[in-house]
Formats: sequence, C-alpha cells, structure tokens
Amino acid sequence: MTSADLANRWDSLIEPGRVHGSLYTDPDIYAAELERIWYRTWVYVGHVSEVPEPNDYVLKSIGPQPVIMSRDKQGQIHLLLNRCSHRANLVCDAQKGNSSAFRCPYHGWTFSNTGKLLGYPFNSGYDGTALKSELGLGRVARVASYQGFVFGSFAQDGPTLEEHLGAATDAFDRLVRLSPTGEVELTAGWLKHKVKANWKMLVENETDGYHPQFVHASIFSVADSGIGELYGDKSVAVCRDLGNGHTENDLRPEFRRLDQPLGWFGTDPAKVPGYVDQLTAVHGDNTREILIDGSPHVMVFPNLFIAEIQLFVIQPLAVDETVQHVTAVQYKGSPDMNRRMLQQTIGSVGPAGFLLADDSEMYERNQRGVHARTPEWLTIKRGLHRERRDENDHVIGDATDEVPQRAIWKHYRSLMEGQ
Amino acid sequence: MHATSEAAGMRIDTDLLREVEQFIFREARFQDELEYDRWEALWTDDGVYWVPANGDDTDPTKQVSIIFDNRARIATRIKQLHTGKRHSQTPPSRLRRLVSNVELLGEGDDGQVRAGANFVVYESRERGVTLWAGRSEYTLCRTPDGLRMSYKKVALVDNDRALYTLAFLI
Ligand code: FES
Ligand SMILES: [Fe+2]
Repeated sequence: MTSADLANRWDSLIEPGRVHGSLYTDPDIYAAELERIWYRTWVYVGHVSEVPEPNDYVLKSIGPQPVIMSRDKQGQIHLLLNRCSHRANLVCDAQKGNSSAFRCPYHGWTFSNTGKLLGYPFNSGYDGTALKSELGLGRVARVASYQGFVFGSFAQDGPTLEEHLGAATDAFDRLVRLSPTGEVELTAGWLKHKVKANWKMLVENETDGYHPQFVHASIFSVADSGIGELYGDKSVAVCRDLGNGHTENDLRPEFRRLDQPLGWFGTDPAKVPGYVDQLTAVHGDNTREILIDGSPHVMVFPNLFIAEIQLFVIQPLAVDETVQHVTAVQYKGSPDMNRRMLQQTIGSVGPAGFLLADDSEMYERNQRGVHARTPEWLTIKRGLHRERRDENDHVIGDATDEVPQRAIWKHYRSLMEGQ
Repeated sequence: MHATSEAAGMRIDTDLLREVEQFIFREARFQDELEYDRWEALWTDDGVYWVPANGDDTDPTKQVSIIFDNRARIATRIKQLHTGKRHSQTPPSRLRRLVSNVELLGEGDDGQVRAGANFVVYESRERGVTLWAGRSEYTLCRTPDGLRMSYKKVALVDNDRALYTLAFLI
C-alpha cells in the first residue's frame, strides 16, 4: 500500500455516520497515523510540575517515541529524543532525576539537558570541530504549554498550540480554577495500564456517554453511585464537539439542576472545609457556582483526557497495543482535597480499578470483535437526528449521543487527508 | 516444637510456620478458585490490602497504587465481583498460583505474626496468558476463628511497568 493509495481512500473509510473496521486493525493505517497525527500535531507530553526544579528531567513519550522532558538551568523546558547522536544508544535510563547532562553509556558522549553535544572521549579520532554544533540530541521541533500542560509537535510549522486547543482551552481553565492557587500538580505518579486494542478505541470511549450505565453497572450498583444517571435517557447533560477533534461530556446542566456544591465529586463542603475556605478566599461569592459546576470531562485530541479528578494520557505502541497512563489531579496547596482525589483515583482507575478495568475489557473485546468480516462498519449515528448548536456554535447532543465520536473521526479524516 | 536456624541465629517456631503456611496456601486457593466470600472472611475488620505501583515502598497516601483498599473497599471489590457484571472478570480468569519461600518475619507482643512469601500466578483469559510474579507480606492476627489478615501487601516484580488489567484477586 503506497501513501497515495491511502490518501485516496479516507473518504471511503470514514463517513459521517459510520467508520470502517480496518481503521483499527490495518498496520499500514497505523503507520500513516504515526506520520500524520502523532508526529505532526500537538501531542500532550507532560506537566511543568513533573520537572519543578532547574535540571529536573522525566522520561515521557509521544506515541512510541521516547522523549526526555527536561528543564534547563534557566528554567526553560525541552523535549529531547532519547537517542544518542553517535550510534543510537539510549542516553537516559532513569525514569526521572536531576542532572544538567546526560552521558551515553556506550562510548561516553555527553549531552547537556538542552540537547547540545558537550563532549566525546578521545576526540583526536574526529578531524574537525563541527561535531559539537552538528550532533546534538534530536528534539521535538515545537514545545509549548498551556496552564502548565506541556505539548510537543514534531512539525516545524503548523497551528500554534492555542489554535490547536481552540475551545478546549476552557477545559484547562476550568480545571485549574478548582485549585485555590490556580495551579494543579501532577505529583502522585502514574499508573500504566496496557491493553490489546487500537488507540482510537480508547479515545472514542473517553467521551462516550452511552456506555457508563452498562459497562459500569457493577460498581454503580454496589457503590450506590449517582454517576450512572448523569449518562441516562433523562439526563440534561450534553455532549459537545469542541472542534479540532476535542470532545466533551458537559455534565454541568445536570449538576446545576441538582444544585449541590461538590456533588460532582460525591462529597460536600463540610467534608473538606480547609479546601472550601481556600477557594472562597479566592473566588468569594462565585465559589458556590464553581463547586457546583465541577471539573471538566474533556478529551483533548489525540491523547490527553481530562477526567474530572484524573488525567489520562494515551500512548499507542502498535496497531493493537496501547498504554493508558493515569494520575490523580492534585491542587497545589490543598492537602485535604488532594488526599481524597488520590484515594478515589486509586479505587477507580488503573489495572485493578473499579471503573477502568472494565473499560479496558471493552477496548479489548472491541478489538477482537472488529476482526469479524461483517458488517465491516462501526455505526456512529446515535443522535444524528437531534444534533443542535450551542450559543458558541458548537455541535452538541444529548448525554448519550455519539456527537463526540463523529467529531473525532471528522478531525481524524482531515488530518489523514492533509498534505 | 522449636527448631533452630543456625544461619539466622534465631529460633523458628515450626508449628507456627506450618500454621502460617497453611493459611497462605488456603488464601491462594480461595483466590484461584474464586471463593470470594471465603477469601473476604480471612480479613480482620480493619484489614488493609495494598498493591503498590512504581516501586515496593511508595507512600500510598501520596502516590498512586494499583490497589490500596481499606476494609470497606475490600468489601466493595468483592461485591462488584459478585454482580456478575464485572466485565473484566466475566468470564473470570482461569488461575493457578504457586506460593513459596514462606518465612516468618516477626511476632508482635499482641500475638500478631508477620510473614512473607513469593508467588507466581498463571492467568489465562481470552487475551492470552499473563504471568504475575511478586512477593506478599502479611500481618496475621490470632482470632477465635484462627489466623486472619489485617494487612496484605503485594509487591509485583513488574509494578513499575505497564500492566494488563488485574481484576482477579492477587
Ligand atoms: S552510541 Fe552513544 S556514545 Fe556511542
Ligand atoms: Fe467508562
């Protein structure tokens, strides 16, 4: 399959109400996705709180690519590829640390945490002095951040990060607004959950409001949870196409109807008085409304899912293998709230989580199912007849509609067809 | 009966060791054979069940863990399995585990016994076979019904890597 063949077939594989099964199973399509999505658009990499001090670094990824996120001594953040410019050994082993330089163990070349080649042993073996200026570490071409969330793009040119995020910037603003300091910290470490499924099964599920009552019925029933009703036929919540492949389950209409501060978190202000006082000191009379509206549920295409009190990062490794990294959101300076968010996160997500173990089972069952020869297509028509536009001209649907899945595929197609 | 461990220079209560071994083997069998209620009954009322991530000695009040259940959450976990709609265990994994290297690690004044053991679990489900290896550490209490667990920590060898779903009882 040549890339020209591929370019001609996206419109025959992706229609407004259905997508072809091969999009999840074809290794050539996966290879094309790496080039046109993962190694081109803005991809979420890490958070500034993971490298708080000068010379801190942490190992991250962009899909299968190993990326070192470093902070240099001036405080600037770099995204470097973990590949020695001599003969390709890995220059960094530790998951995280503090160092101004990385020394390759193979022949001892040394690189600064800005990616510059600093030196190499026995340098009479090279005739010129150009080596140092020519052979730095590979780097992700563009680095930008929004509310402390660091993104990278392998493309030299293209939309800015804020253009790419577009209306999804509001999700980050709403997330950090719930922190009394206006900052979140990702300091709780990551659970890494591996699944035998194509990465798009995960992306589409994150804002699928149709599945919770079925996939999560077991935990909703035994934990007496009200979450299921948010995603029911009676719910006034909406799902939304935020543009550029970003999608949302907006639960605020339900939370406003229920009118319970911190109801979205399954608690009430009396349980976290310290946090509520802190937030009130900042937001005054608006605090109640902020606590009723709660935290966003937004999938930022292609790999960052802001899930109220958790952040998920999706990492494709092969056409049928994906790792989902997840951590608890922590509000800088709010220990009482942070403890609760962490404990709720541990219960819900990761390999043994009450929720995510079952989502993951669905991804894998989908992946096995899609190999059956017919009906060939996956249907994403739900709510097509009742799509409407909100006051910002975004397409929205009812809580259980497939507006998000259609939005994801529309953007996907535009990226795959692009030059 | 007491035996002496020369190398460690300490006395081992072999009766206690056999009792602890039998407890741990029974626990393993309940897990493998999906005897959820009998497994849950092995816990004291204040039991804590911990499966750390990203190392064996993280602080579970500050860092994510794979499992960090208090007694109420252990009960929730069992209830969820009983619904028949815990999809990640529907159908349940077929399981067999080997437990070995059982050691007594200490005794408290209150009759509590600390013990450790290594294990390998062979899990078979539609996805394929997954091997899980690690070390369990227990705090066991003597009750009128025999030994009961007040603490079980499971340190998986792979706990710093990406793991497949772990919805059976480890
Ligand atoms: S490969 Fe790194 S120094 Fe040779
Ligand atoms: Fe789900």
